[in-house]
Amino acid sequence: MSVTTSAESRTPLDAVILAVGLGLGAFLSLLMAAGTADPLFRIHAYVFLAAFTLGLGAVVVRLTDPARSGDASRYMDGVVRAGVVASMFWGLAGFAVGCLIAAQLAFPNLFYFPDLPWTNFGRMRPLHTSAVIFAFGGNVLIASSFYVVQRTCKARLFGGLLPWFVFWGYQLFIVLAATGYLMGVTQSREYAEPEWYVDIWLTIVWVAYLLAFLGTIWKRQEKHIYVANWFYLGFIVTIALLHVVNNLAIPVSAFASHSYSLFAGVQDALTQWWYGHNAVGFLLTVPFLAMMYYFVPKRAERPVYSYRLSIVHFWSLIFIYIWAGPHHLHYTALPQWAQTLGMTFSIMLWMPSWGGMINGLMTLSGAWDKLRTDPVIRMMVVALAFYGMATFEGPLMSVRAVNALSHYTDWTIGHVHAGALGWVGFISFGALYCLVPWLWNKPGLYSIKLVEWHFWIATTGTLLYICSMWVSGVMEGLMWREYTSEGFLAYSFVETVSAKHVSNVIRLLGGLMFLGGAGLMAFNLWKTIRMPSAEPEAARLVAQPALAAAE
Amino acid sequence: MWKKHGKLERHSMLLVLATLVVVSVGGLVEIAPLFWLESTVEKVDGVRPYTPLELAGRDIYVREGCYVCHSQMIRPLRDEVERYGHYSLAAESMYDHPFQWGSKRTGPDLARVGGKYSDGWHVDHLKDPRAVVPESVMPPYGFLSETELDYRDIADKLKAQQAVGVPYSAADVTNAKADLEAQADEFSDASGLKARYGQKITVRDFDGAPARVTEMDALVAYLQMLGTLVDFSTYQAEAPENRR
Repeated sequence: MSVTTSAESRTPLDAVILAVGLGLGAFLSLLMAAGTADPLFRIHAYVFLAAFTLGLGAVVVRLTDPARSGDASRYMDGVVRAGVVASMFWGLAGFAVGCLIAAQLAFPNLFYFPDLPWTNFGRMRPLHTSAVIFAFGGNVLIASSFYVVQRTCKARLFGGLLPWFVFWGYQLFIVLAATGYLMGVTQSREYAEPEWYVDIWLTIVWVAYLLAFLGTIWKRQEKHIYVANWFYLGFIVTIALLHVVNNLAIPVSAFASHSYSLFAGVQDALTQWWYGHNAVGFLLTVPFLAMMYYFVPKRAERPVYSYRLSIVHFWSLIFIYIWAGPHHLHYTALPQWAQTLGMTFSIMLWMPSWGGMINGLMTLSGAWDKLRTDPVIRMMVVALAFYGMATFEGPLMSVRAVNALSHYTDWTIGHVHAGALGWVGFISFGALYCLVPWLWNKPGLYSIKLVEWHFWIATTGTLLYICSMWVSGVMEGLMWREYTSEGFLAYSFVETVSAKHVSNVIRLLGGLMFLGGAGLMAFNLWKTIRMPSAEPEAARLVAQPALAAAE
Repeated sequence: MWKKHGKLERHSMLLVLATLVVVSVGGLVEIAPLFWLESTVEKVDGVRPYTPLELAGRDIYVREGCYVCHSQMIRPLRDEVERYGHYSLAAESMYDHPFQWGSKRTGPDLARVGGKYSDGWHVDHLKDPRAVVPESVMPPYGFLSETELDYRDIADKLKAQQAVGVPYSAADVTNAKADLEAQADEFSDASGLKARYGQKITVRDFDGAPARVTEMDALVAYLQMLGTLVDFSTYQAEAPENRR
């Protein structure tokens, strides 16, 4: 690849294509708005129109001012910086909504508003899950992947304005999904609630993302593709496959927001949980392992523990994960052979999961002392510990006999949050704490002390959350199946609801602590960005050697 | 062997292709057979497509995210069968686009809630759950009785259901609007509706406000038919063709 100096006078192709696309999009959304009788669909058409018009304006400004197109001899870090800010923003929003719905279950008399249907639990819960998974997690992944792929390939991001299209297109997806949930636009597929037209938009953005990522790999100056990029690539490709198949649906009309799933009943259920479990596998695990493979060795200044282990656990992880979906449907009307297959592979999944954990933890060999001095490293190590715990608990819960007790209860919620708060949250926090000083050229973080506070508050909050949900989940599971000595069911359903009140309050407290920790983090990062800069040349393409995997 | 992996690390498209192949196996083996194995869905009498009013109610159920807290899938476990009724059959959701089995019971299972409570109980409970069940944590849904049902596109909805495989007839589609109005009015001539969907269809004003068709009418109509289609006094769970 040749490092050319850009900012020439010729019209850049990427901007022209983008401008035409956005113009076309604006025209289409105008048609959508004009043709529909569905008020919710019209609102979304106007959101599309506003976004496309703004985007078009931005591209035109860029076209008329070539100086703005950036220095092609440098890494493209502006879009990564935007991603870091977006991650922090959506993270705080998603955690806050989580606290609100936790409060609704703990104090329903205080936190439900009869005149505001959009604040009801049923609409806020998808808002919470999507905000943390796709808005927070997704932005962390897009930003970190754009950072890592450039460094490990020693190449600037591919496609000119393409990465910016990916970033803003993804934010538009988030806004459409979130406003849709609040208005009641949903197809009721867990973690895939957005309706057909939002799904189509995400597909376009995702293809652009794949292109930007792959294109950068094609431009690489390193012979080998670094292990983190296998994981990122696996994530992008598989999520595309899952997203397209699971969202196959027929809209009520081309001008209606609602659609009906192509599949029904059993087939629909397994398709959805094939997707649902692999959203966990390929969005909340595989790419976060990619982050581990870059940020842990970088921060610990140690090579990755084992190259062979990374090969074995990568291929076995992605092969086995896909089979695990049916464990969400134990004892349902799904044929038993499918349940058994799902359970078998879920148990097997324990091994590749721990392979990744071991590879990450052992990378600290010779640098364990940093756990004492560097709370950022400690955060990432605790993330790996939670990952190990959650990936042991998961196979356990997938055993039919255990699942008979745990399914439908709060135990599942506790399990999910062990993974989400403990693993995804902490590894993301660790990466963001690393990224901000690197991206804004600062000598370090504004305050390590605040990171210490964040670490302890968030860890305690996470433990409170998980433990309270274990207790309430096992308790309600046991109460549902409790019999009196006369052979009658011992408890009515509502008795199990009221028995969970204390756990619900503790859960809310845990959630508030996790949110509080994230608040400290946002403050710390903001102060870091406002600090005077260190050496300004740090972002040069040649400045940072890519990190090679150790043999 | 480790040397051979180097090839994948040097060729990005090979890596993408290999990944796609590896992640496709599981889905193909587990999901694809469900579409042609005849034993997947048992043959049961009584299961029918939703009436237009029930379908509209189901869309409200989906819109409000009821599935977030209520399952519609009774497992064949002693306590569940005693608490909720006969375990759910695959056939009972064969026309459910999308399925509503749920994954969490913050509230009780609703697979067989139909006919367990009166319409009035449902309306009171939906309006203010804690007025009826003090310990409940359910949100209030009073706005449903104040919102008139928008069913201008009900024929389009039936057509879309047809397109995904639900056996609505052409007559069902053309009469969708009339059928919807007829079911919500106990003084209507519902002979056409019953001819199309069966004599067991309940025709009445579900929300206690006969002057108009509200979203409450539709939702309660849907809730009141849940789990009532199969006659379990004649269904033989132990028969060889029903064992899976």
